[in-house]
Amino acid sequence: MTQPKTIIDKIWNKHLVHQEEGKPDLLYVDLHLVHEVTSPQAFEGLRLNNRKVRRPELTYATMDHNVPTIHRNVIKDEVSKKQMETLKQNCNEFGVELADIDHPDQGIVHVIGPELGLTHPGKTIVCGDSHTSTHGAFGAIAFGIGTSEVEHVLATQTLWQASPKTLNVKVNGELGKGVTAKDLILAIIAKYGVRFGTGYIIEYTGQAIRSLSMEERMTVCNMSIEAGARAGLISPDETTFEYIRGKRHAPKGEDFDKAVEEWRALATDEGAEYDATVEIDADEVEPQVTWGTNPGMCVPVSATVPTPESGETVNEKAEIQRALEYMDLEAGQSISSIQLEHVFIGSCTNSRLSDLRKAADIVRGKQVHPSINALVVPGSKSVKEAAEAEGLDNVFKSAGFQWRDAGCSMCLAMNDDIIPPGERCASTSNRNFEGRQGTDARTHLVSPEMAAIAAIEGRFVDVRQYTEQPV
Amino acid sequence: MEPIQQHTGKVYPLNRANVDTDQIIPKQFLKRIERQGFGQFLFYNWRYYEDGTAKEDFSLNEEKYQDATILVAGENFGCGSSREHAPWALEDFGFRVIIAPSFADIFYNNCVKNGILPVTLSEEQTQELMNRAEAEDYPLTVNLEEQTVSDEYDFHAHFDIDNYSKEMLINGWDEIAVTLTKQDKIDEYEKQTLGV
Ligand code: SF4
Repeated sequence: MTQPKTIIDKIWNKHLVHQEEGKPDLLYVDLHLVHEVTSPQAFEGLRLNNRKVRRPELTYATMDHNVPTIHRNVIKDEVSKKQMETLKQNCNEFGVELADIDHPDQGIVHVIGPELGLTHPGKTIVCGDSHTSTHGAFGAIAFGIGTSEVEHVLATQTLWQASPKTLNVKVNGELGKGVTAKDLILAIIAKYGVRFGTGYIIEYTGQAIRSLSMEERMTVCNMSIEAGARAGLISPDETTFEYIRGKRHAPKGEDFDKAVEEWRALATDEGAEYDATVEIDADEVEPQVTWGTNPGMCVPVSATVPTPESGETVNEKAEIQRALEYMDLEAGQSISSIQLEHVFIGSCTNSRLSDLRKAADIVRGKQVHPSINALVVPGSKSVKEAAEAEGLDNVFKSAGFQWRDAGCSMCLAMNDDIIPPGERCASTSNRNFEGRQGTDARTHLVSPEMAAIAAIEGRFVDVRQYTEQPV
Repeated sequence: MEPIQQHTGKVYPLNRANVDTDQIIPKQFLKRIERQGFGQFLFYNWRYYEDGTAKEDFSLNEEKYQDATILVAGENFGCGSSREHAPWALEDFGFRVIIAPSFADIFYNNCVKNGILPVTLSEEQTQELMNRAEAEDYPLTVNLEEQTVSDEYDFHAHFDIDNYSKEMLINGWDEIAVTLTKQDKIDEYEKQTLGV
């Protein structure tokens, strides 16, 4: 019998172009996604060296980071405009397919890959963006790269990569009612810290993971990078295959059945060994809220903001102190007492149709709190259209939310969607770093459900109590 | 890319852990389509007020650190976004070496690709270097060939680095050119898997 293998090893071995003692492996890339911010210098590098894009048909571009989500075609910022125009010119010149701002397929790069059926189990997928790990939800090795690597992939369709260590994140039991995939990944990072995944590719396993929908799996894999891991993935199963079936770039007919057989064989074998394993009980996870300036600074909504003394080392205590100052929070104050000014529902973590549905279910028939400015930004044009077909836009709009066009928006505030200095936002995105949503802006990461309630109440309320209340 | 074999320079101590690339270079400066000129925006939100005046209490604004070329920081340096603008900004500001107890993966790679040497030392060793650099003008010598870090006094440490990164940095190679020497292998792989 052959040695049992993890999905990570199986995919890796299939993509080896060249291996040499003392060097990283030269790995073939099946899908290269490109966006406007991390690609201009890469294309410029090609031009300077008279190089071409080796496999334009394995390369797909969109614009998402800079795009306005309102008054779509009035890009006031000249530099943003230039960057978007540059992508257009580059794609034209090098023969790369582009979903530009007017294209029906436009959207956040990690939302449209799966949506178009470009993301498959067993692929190696890269993009000049750290949340490329999202695509791992399908059982692909997907990771973010820098601009030099973007240029390298464009020119050679390969990358030099040290063979990864494997980390099993085993999620036992089932998530409770009202507890979401977002809460799960935040709880994992809160428990093990923002660097436990460094140097590893994570495979998420266990009963709770199997029960998640594809969109929920994407939310989990998306935030692997916030645990320090470059990639995170989930072995494919029926849920995966059903999601892919019928998507535009998915194999069709008999080819699909053949593909499914191959994909099924990718799943980690019984008894395969990992370099490390950590576990968490899903039953114990509560709705989470981050209080600090990295995603690991996170507690259950029922908890209080930690004190600096709770840090284990001098440096940790100082870090907590600094975060409290930046966030303008008192040690020991309850999470529910934090007053909010903004709510953002969007980003590649939580802007898919199921996210919007869940948020809409909560706000339906209610009104946004007078102190709150609330924004919904669908992850792609097709998410937006699908949501509108169900009337979700009206649910949000009549509750007092702004309903915007697709893009990264307030996740990183590169367009005009910026939180003003000193103001506070409940956000369904993935990073609460200092200044992420605007200079001196304060971010609290939550699930779409928790964000929706926060918009209505003006503060954090446990979704489980909220939905139990008679309306 | 400029080769780096041995480097002697002044240390700038940044006693913080988990310094993310959003701090190293905030997003408002990612819109440029050039590779150069990012040094002025390094740690922008820590260095400047909204109106552009310098924050006096941020140490990198101190006169004595203006010619520093070695950055020493806490663990998990460079976490977060994959933006290569972060090493571009560090390099443009003048940093050639970064010393920390650990680095985020993507950032580490991005450094190597831009001729910045990332050196991993223990928590105690980095703390020691930061203490010394906080006390006085502190020059340090990093020898990549020998894989050592030493000062003029008694500090001497060995560091690990994979052979590939070492070779790339010492020679200042263009990685694409190296890969293209394997072109036949790529052709072969594609023939077998894509049938082209
Ligand atoms: S939504 Fe946010 S995290 Fe996702 S790709 Fe856009 S900027 Fe990056």
